[in-house]
Amino acid sequence: MKFLRDAFDGYKPDFMPGGKLEKWYPVFETIETFFFTPDHVTTSGSHIRDGVDIKRLMTVVVLALMPALFFGMYNIGYFHFEELVALGQQDSYTFMEAFLFGLGKLLPIIIVSYGVGIGVEFIFAMFYGHGIHEGYFVTGMLIPLIVPVDLPLWMLAVAIVFGVVIGKEIFGGTGMNILNPALLVRAFLFFAYPTFMSGDKVWVADALKTGTEGLPDGMSGATILGQLGTGAEAAFPTINGAAYSVMDMFIGFIPGSVGETSTLAILIGAVMLLLSGVASWRIMLSGVIGAAIMSFLFKIWGANELMLFGCKHLLIGGFAFGLVFMATDPVSAAQTNTGKWIYGFLIGFLSILLRVLNGFPEAVMLVILLLNVFAPTIDHYVVQASVKRRNKRIEDKIKKALSV
Amino acid sequence: MSEEKEGLFSKKNRQLLVNPLDDNNPITVQVLGICSALAITVKLEPAIVMSLSVLFVLSAGNVIISLMRNIIPSRIRIIVQLVVVASLVILVDQVLKAYLFDVSKQLSVFVGLIITNCIVMGRFEAFALGNTPWKSFLDGIGNSAGYGLVLVIVAFFRELLGSGALFGQQIIPDSFYEAGYMNNGMMLLPPMALIVVGIVIWVQRARNTNLVETN
Repeated sequence: MKFLRDAFDGYKPDFMPGGKLEKWYPVFETIETFFFTPDHVTTSGSHIRDGVDIKRLMTVVVLALMPALFFGMYNIGYFHFEELVALGQQDSYTFMEAFLFGLGKLLPIIIVSYGVGIGVEFIFAMFYGHGIHEGYFVTGMLIPLIVPVDLPLWMLAVAIVFGVVIGKEIFGGTGMNILNPALLVRAFLFFAYPTFMSGDKVWVADALKTGTEGLPDGMSGATILGQLGTGAEAAFPTINGAAYSVMDMFIGFIPGSVGETSTLAILIGAVMLLLSGVASWRIMLSGVIGAAIMSFLFKIWGANELMLFGCKHLLIGGFAFGLVFMATDPVSAAQTNTGKWIYGFLIGFLSILLRVLNGFPEAVMLVILLLNVFAPTIDHYVVQASVKRRNKRIEDKIKKALSV
Repeated sequence: MSEEKEGLFSKKNRQLLVNPLDDNNPITVQVLGICSALAITVKLEPAIVMSLSVLFVLSAGNVIISLMRNIIPSRIRIIVQLVVVASLVILVDQVLKAYLFDVSKQLSVFVGLIITNCIVMGRFEAFALGNTPWKSFLDGIGNSAGYGLVLVIVAFFRELLGSGALFGQQIIPDSFYEAGYMNNGMMLLPPMALIVVGIVIWVQRARNTNLVETN
């Protein structure tokens, strides 16, 4: 490590104010703090001190995303080869083949996600002369996991520029955003290019390329929510005739955006987040409670397939991923503990409500964005209620003292 | 009276004309007339027709109110202003229906809503009631030009990116579409108009630092 430290110390003067590469200091600082914990010391005021800085925190989140990422890769290959087998173009395939196929599909998305996002961050950092924030480290990993695998890369790039600039940079960068930038990227894509973000063709790799190039027409790649929404008669949605079991939904052998399919992989990530204390257990728990209550009520109502799906709603669509990785974003979520309960509960409750009554598969994304906007309001009323309660307690004490 | 000696295009009068284009823009600085800016900027043509309509209503209305400013009892001035602007809007509406029926259908209710456009009432109240007709005329032209400028900028980007066209003529070549390019559907939705207006405000304030509020 010594030679690295020496190298950094040797180049540092060039980047400090007055040096010839002064303008590039943010770039230098980013690379330096990637290897070494920064040596900045708080000089005034009182602050909570902790050995863990934001960069280590972000690393935990990215590690927690790994199970979902790896399963997503396998899922891409799984559906691709299942289709080939079903169509008789191939006899069998191995786990490794499926995984590598998914890796090949996902790698360009990840590269574009990080390349474009960090590019935007660099431009803003140099323009405003502040450091490059680490926030994008997590956002850049979240984005590939919440888009369909066949999304054209240029659309992704446009959406990321929009999401990072409008969602984050104009509010002042990492820690200042009111909305979750990754979700904003997805919302932008959904409204701007709906043909690539919904329907039954986008969730399985190469399904859009019909005819000679890719797979023949007529394959079924609709998500479970998509099939339920169109009122499929079968009690259970199917892939090529065979029904998905609850186990399939739990482990993740269902079509969907890359990282959202496997509830199991997401739960492993959730455990990592909770054990390291990065994400709030209150939001996750209350979200599950809210969604369970709402799906239970709909199950009793039971007017259509979506309602009859009951508590299995928790396993499908973006619910688990959204609740674990998006709703718990410490910047855009509610800050007070009571607020977190309300915030999480509403996310769960409204997600299922919108999903069922509106037939809107993207409900989770939109509800989290909505609650992001309402989070400060929730906090405000929680704090005011607390102030009122304490005032009343003091008044009561004074009254008691006077009357004695 | 000193006003008589002042030239028609003295520095002060020119300020009336130029100020609302940038430093005191009705949309980006005073944040008035936003609803119509969001509703009719999907395409350039209706945006321009709308700007011209507002230009006529505001400049003519300003002159009329200014001429009557000494005889309007202040208690009923809002009613008088409404009558003036309503008559002018009906005039515009009828002309559009007669000569530009397609655009008139696109603008639909928004021509009628010029009556409630905050910019119009705002200029009547704030300027025409206290200034001479010529000055009020310049003020009306300036403010509606500032309004139209923002409308045209927003409509330009929304039509170009949302429909790939300008004035209804396809601009983005077919080869782009064949290569996989797609029009941005979100540009056609009102939220994107709000965001484009926001970006215009951002660019304007980055350039013109006088407008940045310190707090």
